[in-house]
Amino acid sequence: MGSFNKAKVCKAVVIVCLVLLGSGRSSATAAQPIAAGEEVLTSNAEAGRGGGRIVVALRAEPKTLNPVTSGDQPSREVIHRMIGDLIHINRATQLTEPALAKSWTVSKDGRTYTVHLRRGIRFSDGQPFDADDVVFSFQVYEDEKINSPQRDLLVVGGKPIAARKVDAHTVEFQMAQPYAAAERLFDTVAMLPKHMLEADYRAGKLAQAWGLNSPASSVVGLGPFRLKEYVAGQRVVLERNPYYWKADRKKVRLPYLDEIVFLFVNSEDAQVLRFTAGETDVISRLGPDNFAVLEKDQAARGFRMYDLGPGLEYSFLFFNLNSVLPKNSEGLAQKQKWFQDVRFRQAISAGIDRSGINKLVYRRRGSVLATQVTPAYKNWIDAAVPQPVRSVPKARDLLQRAGFKWASDGRLTDGAGTPVEFSIATSASNAQRTQTATIIQDDLKELGIKVNVVPLDFRSLLDRVYQSHDYEAVVLALGGGDVDPNPQMNVWLSNGSTHLWDLGETKPATPWEAEIDRLMNQQLTTLDARQRKKLYDRVQEIVAEDLPLICLVSPHILVGAKATLGNFQPAILDHYTLWNADELYLKAKP
Amino acid sequence: MRWLIALLVAAHAIVLFAGFFAPYDPAAQNRDFSFASPTRLHLRDAGGKLHLRPFVYALKDSATEAGGYEEDTSRPHRLRFLVTGQGYKLAGVIPSQWHLFGVADEGRVFLLGTDRFGRDQLSRLLYGGQISILAGLLATSFSLLAGALVGCVAGYFGGWPDRALMSGAELFLALPWLYLLLGVRAVLPLHLGPAQAFLLVTSVIGLIGWARPARMVRGIVLSAKERNYVTAARGFGASGPYLLRRHILPETYGVLLTQATLLLPQYILAEVTLSFLGLGIAEPTPSWGNMLGALQEYHVVASYWWMFAPVLLLFPLFLGYFGLAGLLQKRMQTYAN
Repeated sequence: MGSFNKAKVCKAVVIVCLVLLGSGRSSATAAQPIAAGEEVLTSNAEAGRGGGRIVVALRAEPKTLNPVTSGDQPSREVIHRMIGDLIHINRATQLTEPALAKSWTVSKDGRTYTVHLRRGIRFSDGQPFDADDVVFSFQVYEDEKINSPQRDLLVVGGKPIAARKVDAHTVEFQMAQPYAAAERLFDTVAMLPKHMLEADYRAGKLAQAWGLNSPASSVVGLGPFRLKEYVAGQRVVLERNPYYWKADRKKVRLPYLDEIVFLFVNSEDAQVLRFTAGETDVISRLGPDNFAVLEKDQAARGFRMYDLGPGLEYSFLFFNLNSVLPKNSEGLAQKQKWFQDVRFRQAISAGIDRSGINKLVYRRRGSVLATQVTPAYKNWIDAAVPQPVRSVPKARDLLQRAGFKWASDGRLTDGAGTPVEFSIATSASNAQRTQTATIIQDDLKELGIKVNVVPLDFRSLLDRVYQSHDYEAVVLALGGGDVDPNPQMNVWLSNGSTHLWDLGETKPATPWEAEIDRLMNQQLTTLDARQRKKLYDRVQEIVAEDLPLICLVSPHILVGAKATLGNFQPAILDHYTLWNADELYLKAKP
Repeated sequence: MRWLIALLVAAHAIVLFAGFFAPYDPAAQNRDFSFASPTRLHLRDAGGKLHLRPFVYALKDSATEAGGYEEDTSRPHRLRFLVTGQGYKLAGVIPSQWHLFGVADEGRVFLLGTDRFGRDQLSRLLYGGQISILAGLLATSFSLLAGALVGCVAGYFGGWPDRALMSGAELFLALPWLYLLLGVRAVLPLHLGPAQAFLLVTSVIGLIGWARPARMVRGIVLSAKERNYVTAARGFGASGPYLLRRHILPETYGVLLTQATLLLPQYILAEVTLSFLGLGIAEPTPSWGNMLGALQEYHVVASYWWMFAPVLLLFPLFLGYFGLAGLLQKRMQTYAN
């Protein structure tokens, strides 16, 4: 009797599930037929099968759905599935390609871009898209009060790029000075619906618009998907945008998938468990250790793992060279005398076993670095900068020339007899950084230097670097948005917001920083690619010589997906896996 | 039950004299042997010949498994006993170079495998025990002492001291410790030496932990002071301190012992949490807490079983403590009867 009941209950549950699934299916809006005169873009990707959903895990809950103000990774991962841009960087080819702009022309002086928009395009709520929306979008992004993270890139020669409507489908962009790789700028600016956001903008509330709890129908964009629901603490669900402006070779409107579900799973290890259990379809931002585990049984479990090679991220060690130090820090000021000596930094660099870091921390799934330019920046690598090799004799020689001595017990002391000892702070939640620091600690012990590894909570680490300047050395990593030097401007300019080793400089503190300033600004306005490369080569040579950041390793981009996911084409540019979400489809099960 | 005590004494002696029993310096890295599995001891060589003395084979990178190692049967190394090696201080005092065992020259013996940096797990386990056991025991006794004292005073005297002390305990239980510790970290100097870190870990853990035992002890004291034999003793003119010491406190021993056996493992693990805030024992100094921290990574759990070594040791050790507590309790009961 008991078992009979159980069976009945099971059956009931199955039926309920089926009903739920069924209702989910039918509620997905069917793609609108392509209208006459609608200038859809035809995708080159393999034609797929419509329907289905994929589940993807995010490391954290997104903070906002507003493309203008979002800065955090999870928010952008979701938002970028819902927005469209004028000129797009193809993540696979790394080249620009037409998106909402059908075509564009550049004036001879490189200062005026005339962009022709596609006709007949509609936002995800069915309202038409035209030049007014483009002008509005640029106005919003460039508004100082809104303080968009992208704003810096849109200010050329001290003036924001001026967007002017020529007619309903033509917009002219005017720049104060010629700007290298200007086309790539358009990739970061999402086209906003003027009809939805203008009232908010006028009321000064645009920065607060499109929070996570906004009604789904109010979040309107030009991306392949649109918001369906947000469940706090659990998931964001996106559904197909029935008006999306791309079609496949067979003239079927994209995207193929009905839904993308983003789950919030807060650690890499938990994400790996979900992925192996088949609960998620795609996994991204994997560490080399978990990658090795997953790779081992990929065939048996029906997924495929991809090692995409080095990405744009570079890890580095840097010393506190700030001129403004916290109060009562005589000890730090004393140590800064060592840090400021370029020979000291060179000796540290020579003493570090980068290939050991690559081997132990990244399991050889990384590339050792001499500069900030990782192998992913194919066209930008300066061949004149030698690969870094560990050399203890060279390090000892440099230290000796800088006036350091070794005591009888092997400890290194400075000219005044003070033993050389400093601490490296790292993020406690990032095992790889702490491991890197532990290797450096062991390497420098050989030079007689005592290093203390101090793992800190990430927020307090950033607070020490950016606010209080109360640290001696730090191991960190920076990523990059694009294979171009321009997004790195804020790191290298002496007044840049990420000029980590000496923040808040009003003028360059050293001659080499002044030279970097000059070179970076010059490359920004140079249109000739070869000339630009030459300028950036020089920057790399300075970085390799003066070592404001002692670059260490660039980890490979490691991702994976179920083998049934069609058109999956991960790339080393952000967002590695879902950048072509419009073309992804679920293959029929054999 | 004598064997239990003997076992516990032996375990603690081994940890205390870790320098002698550990073959290597716990911080020494062998970058060619990251995550090497435990070295196998052989008596029979690859040719099938039997040897009187155990030996190990040198390791080389595995030809079949990326990141794995295999034995190089062309290079055997005899296991030797009482060898000289890396200098250390026996029990932290006497300088010495003698190790219980080791292998000659470039051979390596990792009886419990190695961690990511190729550091000998056995050596780390033994050295780590020094810090973890001491910190755990100290913090536990601190918590219990403070808890017993506060609980007794609050329970016995009642009235405003009771209200004040118990509100204090509640306040301690309710404090958002994580944020408080973040604040503490911010005012401390960036680097803490091993001794400072040790003291800090001990006092932080002990300080957080006293409130719960205090409340328990108070409850027992409250009920005990109304018992007939206590009232009788009071009737015969016994003083407050005498009553507490002779009649009431013994009632709480059971609870304190149980608490001790529960708190000790908790406290050893608490150090993992503290190291996430930069308050734990820093690299390269080993502790059971930071060794167990490695098990939070999925790939370690999935691929390297020997990283569980601390667990294998902690388990019998805690069982031993538990047994010891039971024994003491039994003794006290028979004594009381």
